[in-house]
Amino acid sequence: MMKTLSITKTIHDFLFGLMPEGIASFVEWVMIAAAYLAFFALAGLLLVYMERRIAAFFQLRLGPNRVGPAGLFQTIADALKLVTKELTIPDKADKFLFNLAPYFVIVAALVILSVIPFSAEFQAFDINIGVFFVMAVSSIGVIGVLIGGWASNNKYALIGAMRSGLQTISYELSVGLSIMTIVLLAGSLQISEIIEVQRTGGWFILQGHIPAVIAFMIFMIAGTAETNRAPFDLVEAESELGAGFHTEYSGMKFAYFFLAEFINMFIVAAIAVTIFFGGYLSPFGITESLPWMGVFWFMLKTLMIIFLMMWFRWTFPRLRVDQLLTLEWKYLLPMNLFNIVFMAVIIWLGWTF
Amino acid sequence: MEQLTKDRFKTEEYFINMGPQHPAAHGVLRLILTIDGEIIKDVDTDLGYIHRSIEKMCERDSYQQIVHLTDRMDYLSSHINNEAVCLVVENGLQIEVTDRVKVIRTIISELTRLASHQLWWGVNGMDLGALTTYFYAFRDREKINDIFEETCGARLTMNYNIPGGLMFDIHPNFVNRTKEFITHFKTKLPEYDRLLTGNVIFEKRTMGIGVLSREAAISYGASGPVARASGFASDVRKRHPYSAYDRVNFEEAIRTEGDNYARYKVRIQEMWESMKIIEQLIDNIPEGEHQTKTNAVIKLPKGEFYQRVETARGELGVYINSTGTKNPYRLKFRSPGLSNLSLLKHISVGAKIGDLVANMASIDLVIPDIDR
Repeated sequence: MMKTLSITKTIHDFLFGLMPEGIASFVEWVMIAAAYLAFFALAGLLLVYMERRIAAFFQLRLGPNRVGPAGLFQTIADALKLVTKELTIPDKADKFLFNLAPYFVIVAALVILSVIPFSAEFQAFDINIGVFFVMAVSSIGVIGVLIGGWASNNKYALIGAMRSGLQTISYELSVGLSIMTIVLLAGSLQISEIIEVQRTGGWFILQGHIPAVIAFMIFMIAGTAETNRAPFDLVEAESELGAGFHTEYSGMKFAYFFLAEFINMFIVAAIAVTIFFGGYLSPFGITESLPWMGVFWFMLKTLMIIFLMMWFRWTFPRLRVDQLLTLEWKYLLPMNLFNIVFMAVIIWLGWTF
Repeated sequence: MEQLTKDRFKTEEYFINMGPQHPAAHGVLRLILTIDGEIIKDVDTDLGYIHRSIEKMCERDSYQQIVHLTDRMDYLSSHINNEAVCLVVENGLQIEVTDRVKVIRTIISELTRLASHQLWWGVNGMDLGALTTYFYAFRDREKINDIFEETCGARLTMNYNIPGGLMFDIHPNFVNRTKEFITHFKTKLPEYDRLLTGNVIFEKRTMGIGVLSREAAISYGASGPVARASGFASDVRKRHPYSAYDRVNFEEAIRTEGDNYARYKVRIQEMWESMKIIEQLIDNIPEGEHQTKTNAVIKLPKGEFYQRVETARGELGVYINSTGTKNPYRLKFRSPGLSNLSLLKHISVGAKIGDLVANMASIDLVIPDIDR
């Protein structure tokens, strides 16, 4: 199940030589989990920093620039502050569900992270229905938002949670269908397979030309909506609902929601890179001989997509709730269905590059 | 079957308290909303959270002191409020202020209007979810505040007017800096349009939302950009010119659609017109005294006095009933905010929560102006 990089292979051999097989594989699992958790925290903090910096530059400000070099440690200081804050629970809240909700959100984000291939040999979990797995797990996160909003015993939180429910359920369709358009081209649901196909035939956004570009645009719109970011941030529309579903959360529980939002953004960008831009593959195969460069290319492409998402977050006004649904059900969904047929016809006629 | 479904899945209206502490309330305004899902069924406005009984305090104070209290009503057009009180006292005393005073008052009034509309533009964008507008607006507003600081000594509550003229003469840099600002803002105002006006989402969020007919605007006593966006030509500067408005050439911004977009466009056009007015006056500020001597204790003659001015939000009326003593017997402000706020229910019932916030932003509420 676990493809091994040479360094991981050394560790693997060392552990299996040291202790019985059962304990060794358990230790290995724990190590992988710890590595992913560390990445999760680090990436979350860095993305928050990046967002604040980029937002500042869009808004003629400087952003965090005091703590550490260029303000890099600002988010760490903020995280420390959040850890030390009191965890308040509102009176008459459903305490069990209230405490459970953040974990739903964060676990869903973490589990999807495990199927993302950072490089050819760095992927924790490469199952043959990878794409399906991503879509299935990503809908678990919304359950956390829903129960969090409901259990808070706050009307603003409830409205936010309900909005989140309808938004995620609607846009899940578009995300799924736009990924399926590319799956048609790749002929596989396995994520590593999807990338390897692009090694020979070129990135899917070029291979599939018009329908692939349409699918990419739909994926970006729907993916942004899935992560509840502006212009689709109705869930936490601060001018309407205060803070939306996490109005009543404080301290680390709030931080979980906050971190999960950024990790979800990373995941959407990573999936976009994987299925449209060749994942860890280098452009024109310029570093074909250096497989470890895959991580660099993957992160570079992902950060560029993330920058794109931040760009429209800081320029667009917010949609209204009915306009959000109109956009999905009247425009994106029919376009998507047509696009799938279009793609099928193009593949059938062999008009791909 | 249908009845059964209705009974089992019946929907209920619920109440929600928007405010007094809420990011969209622009102050301490409390709205009690009756909501069915996302649709607003009723809007009940609860005022009084920032009531300071300014009108009652005015009965206690001398006429010079009253001017300072008016800063704290509509703090975004503080200079214009001051001017209103000064004009009514000057009328009562039959003082004719010099041309210099009139022109400077007009220029600063228009700068105040620009600053107020800039702030409104930023906040309007923010209420619609476009956070960047706020910082663009404040970049330019800072420049106006700097001009004020240099000349009046304060940035927001200026207290530059006194009955009979101005507190001090203008700063030597005033003319140059104002001209610099106008050239600067002429390049920046199109940027506002590029960032927000043409945006598809923005147009969808504002066009056809919060429609106010001309009849309703008149019967609710709306004034200012809100009334003019509904086709009600109510600009006091045009209808009843005061200070130097009779000698400048400007257009009254009027649109007929009456929706949020029309109110938005009216304010954008007003910014252009304000710049036009300033440009006409700034080069030839007449020489002369900056104040006309008044008695240390001002006593208005017995009688009633009224003066209306156009603030950034609409028509401000000042009514003074004097018995001939050094304080007014009764003083009443007709503030534009209160009558404009009364429209909120009219244009918001049946809309979504997001629309209500957009409507509030387009009416341009300043709560201390409403509560006084």
